Amino acid sequence: MSEMARFFDMGGYALYVWSAYGLVAVVLAANVAGPWLRQRRLLRRLADRVSAEER
Amino acid sequence: MRIPFHHLAAPMHFYRWGARLVPWLGACTVVLLALGWWGGLVLAPPDYQQGDGFRIIYVHVPSAWMSLFVYVVMAGAGAVALIWRVKLAEVLMAASAPLGAWFTFLALATGSIWGKPMWGTYWVWDARLTSELILLFLYLGVIALLAANEDRRRASRAAAVLALVGVVNVPIIHFSVQWWSTLHQGPSVGSLGAPSIHSSMLVPLLVSALAFKCYYLTVLIMRARCEIVERERNSAWVRELLPR
Repeated sequence: MSEMARFFDMGGYALYVWSAYGLVAVVLAANVAGPWLRQRRLLRRLADRVSAEER
Repeated sequence: MRIPFHHLAAPMHFYRWGARLVPWLGACTVVLLALGWWGGLVLAPPDYQQGDGFRIIYVHVPSAWMSLFVYVVMAGAGAVALIWRVKLAEVLMAASAPLGAWFTFLALATGSIWGKPMWGTYWVWDARLTSELILLFLYLGVIALLAANEDRRRASRAAAVLALVGVVNVPIIHFSVQWWSTLHQGPSVGSLGAPSIHSSMLVPLLVSALAFKCYYLTVLIMRARCEIVERERNSAWVRELLPR
């Protein structure tokens, strides 16, 4: 087995090791994207409201 | 009582200096996480009993540590919010709760994934696993109480009381592997005397744990800034922020 294939095989524990790391990576990334999008939407919505009041 | 640097705790100032900290903390998180996972997945030797399956600890243990750390921070912020009515403390409590719940979920899920090949089961009702599951319910309770009242200040008080009562669970989780005979293994790190794990395995774990701390700070500030805008949306300084 090549070095690379051996790394991905994780001594037969590939399914468990990669699903654990994958789950953690997805949850961590989603928790960064969430507040970032929320902040942008929030400021845009407030800006719309203020400009509606000024008209 | 006047706390030194108290003006920095004003939501407006926190909002501004938080924006400056986030990119640096985010960069630290990425670098430390890359180093920690590279060390854990590539450099560390396979375990003599668990082979390469043990590498799950580099995500499991930092998640579990953070689930307790975030809880203590959340309850501490709750205490400050109850006693001194500091707005920023309410904000930090509210921003910590969902993050702590996610860390707890990750600790449970990755532990479960590790348990299947090692113990032969995804779940057992032993002391460590059950008390960690109760921690998840405490976080969900705090989140539910925060959402239950339109008045955010009142909601914060109720949530802070629950968070403080739930602190009793933290030492129970920590000592559960010593107090009861459990399937979960005892501590490998931080026990008195020499750590029972070799430095080639330990260093990536500590780096990964530090990465999780940086991650928490980064996302805590991001969430807190959202919370501040929502609470202060009618104030003059928020109006000045708005895109034209």
